[in-house]
Amino acid sequence: MTLQVALSHHFKGFTLDVAFDAPKGVTVLFGPSGSGKTTLVNAVAGLLRPDKGRIVADDWVLLDTQSRRNLAPHKRRLGYIFQEGRLFPHLSVRQNLLYGRWFAPRGSQDESFDHVVELLGIGPLLTRRPGALSGGEKQRVAIGRALLSAPKLILADEPLAALDEARKAEILPYFERLRDEVSVPILYVSHSSAEVARLATTVVALKDGRVAACGTPADVLGDVAAVGVRGAASVLEARVVAHHADGLTELSTATGALWLPRIADLHGTTIRVRIAAQEVMLSRDAPKGLSALNILHGTIADIRLGDGPGAMVTLALGQERLSARITRRSAQAMGLAIGQPCHAIIKSVAVAPEDIGTGSMKERTQ
Amino acid sequence: MMGADWANWLGPAEWQAVRLSIRVSFWATLVSLPLGIFVAYVLARWDFWGKQVLNGLVHLPLILPPVVTGYLLLVTFGRRGSAGQVLEAWFGIILSFRWTGAAVAAAVMAFPLMVRAIRLAIEAVDPKLEAAASTLGASRLWVFVTVTLPLILPGVIAGAILAFAKAMGEFGATITFVSNIPGQTQTIPSAIYAFLQVPGGEEAAGRLVIVAIVIAMSALLVSEFVARRVARLVGGS
Repeated sequence: MTLQVALSHHFKGFTLDVAFDAPKGVTVLFGPSGSGKTTLVNAVAGLLRPDKGRIVADDWVLLDTQSRRNLAPHKRRLGYIFQEGRLFPHLSVRQNLLYGRWFAPRGSQDESFDHVVELLGIGPLLTRRPGALSGGEKQRVAIGRALLSAPKLILADEPLAALDEARKAEILPYFERLRDEVSVPILYVSHSSAEVARLATTVVALKDGRVAACGTPADVLGDVAAVGVRGAASVLEARVVAHHADGLTELSTATGALWLPRIADLHGTTIRVRIAAQEVMLSRDAPKGLSALNILHGTIADIRLGDGPGAMVTLALGQERLSARITRRSAQAMGLAIGQPCHAIIKSVAVAPEDIGTGSMKERTQ
Repeated sequence: MMGADWANWLGPAEWQAVRLSIRVSFWATLVSLPLGIFVAYVLARWDFWGKQVLNGLVHLPLILPPVVTGYLLLVTFGRRGSAGQVLEAWFGIILSFRWTGAAVAAAVMAFPLMVRAIRLAIEAVDPKLEAAASTLGASRLWVFVTVTLPLILPGVIAGAILAFAKAMGEFGATITFVSNIPGQTQTIPSAIYAFLQVPGGEEAAGRLVIVAIVIAMSALLVSEFVARRVARLVGGS
C-alpha cells in the first residue's frame, strides 16, 4: 500500500504546505521541532482538519477537501503511537491492548494477540495497570495496542522522544522488527538522524513547513541543505563478520573492513551504520601511525563549501557515499578536487550503539 | 430490640417525613444525573454561541431566592402552567402538590451543584486520551462510554451525593411549588418548620434535626469513601 499525502494548512505565522508519497516500509518525517511534523501526522489521523488537502491510501480516500470528504478518525483504521503513550489509566494492560480490536471490523486481517505480546515482550505485564509501568514498558504496550487494532497504516509521533537513552535503545529494535515483520506502512515522526538511519525506508525531510528533501536515508542525511551541517551523516551498509576478543566487532563494507565497538548478537546479519560527517577525517596519502582503526579508500565525488568556515566533502566508496565535514582551509591546503583518490578515517568510538541498526536499505526500497 | 427502639424514637409523622425526604432526594438525583452529565460535558467540551446563557441558566437556582425558583416552577409546571398542562394532557403526569413535584423542585435546586462537580471532573480528563481512543476506532459515543465516563466516575459520584444532600435540605422552592402536605410533600425541612409552628413541637423538630445531621454526615462520608475507592480503581496502580 502507498499513502499519498498533499496538504496545506495555515496557522498564525506558520504555513504547512507539503506533498509526498509514503511507500511500503517506514517513512520517516524528519525535521526540527516546529517544522510541522506532528501537524502532518495529526492531519493523516484525522485529529486536525487542514485547510486544503488530499490523503489517499491506495484507492481509499481519507481526506479530500475538494470533494468535501473527511473521514472521522475512528473510521480511518490507523494505529497511532503517541509520544506520551496515552494508555488508558483505568484499564489493565490486556484491556488496553484489546481496546482497538474491539472496534475493528470482524474478520479483518489482524495480528494474533499472542504474537504481538511475544514480539514486544509484554507477557508479564498483562494484568498490570499503566500507572505501574516504566516509560519503556508503557511505550511497548502502546505499540502493541496500535498493532492489535488491525490498522491499515501505523503512525508514530516521536515515540522515543520522552524516553531516556537506555529506554530508547530498548524500544528501537521493536520498531525495526515491526518494519521487517509487519506489512502495513509506517509513518514515523522523528528529529533524530540516528533513528532515521536505523529505521527509514524513505525519508521526508521537513523544514519550515515544506518538504526539503525526500529519498533514501543515505541520500537525505547526506543532503546538507535539508538536514544542516551538524545533522549531515552517511549511512553505510555492512555485514557482521566476527566479534573479536578485544571487544571490537569486525564489519565488512563494500570498500573495506570497519572495526566498531562490539555489536550484540548480530553475527552474519546486514546492518546499517550511521557515521556523522563531523566524525570523519580525510587524508590524501594512506595514513600511518594513527590510532584510528577505520580507514576507507574512495574517490572524491563532491565538494561543497559552506557559508561559514566549513566544507562538506563526499567520497564515493563503490556504490556508497561517505561525507566528511572539514574546514575550507583544510580543503584548500590539501588541494582537494573532484575525482581525486582519498582516504577517510573514522574513529571506532565515534559510532555509538544508537547509530547501528539492523536491516539492509536496498531490499526495502524495492 | 434496637430496631424497635429506633422505630419508637421517631413518631409516625416524623418517620413519614424521613421516608419521603429520602424518596424525593433519591429520585431527584437519579433522574437528573444523566442530564447533569450531558450538560456538564457540553459546558466543558463544546464551544458554541450561547454557551454563557446555558451556563447562567444552569446556575440560576443557586443564586435566585429559592422562593422565586419555586414560584417559577409553580407558574410553569402547575396545573394551569403551560408545561404542566402538556404533561397532564399527554402523559397524565401531575406535579403540583405531589411528591413528584417535590422531587422536581429538589432536582432543579441541586442541579447546579451536580453540574459543577461533574464539569470539573470532565475538565480534568486529558482530551488526548479521548483522541487516542478515536484513532483506535471508537466513535464519539463509545469514547465517552469507555474512556471519559470511567475517568470522571469519582466526580460523578461526588456530584450525585452533593445533589442528594442538597435535595434532602431543600425547603424554599419545595414549599412554594408543592406546599407542605404531610405524606405528600412534607419533607424533613418542611416537617421541622411545621413542628416549630405548633406549641410543644420542639421535641419532634429536634429529633428530625438530628436525623438530618446524621443523613448529611453519612452522605459526606460515603461519598468520600466511594470517590477514593473509584479514584484508585481508575487512576490505576
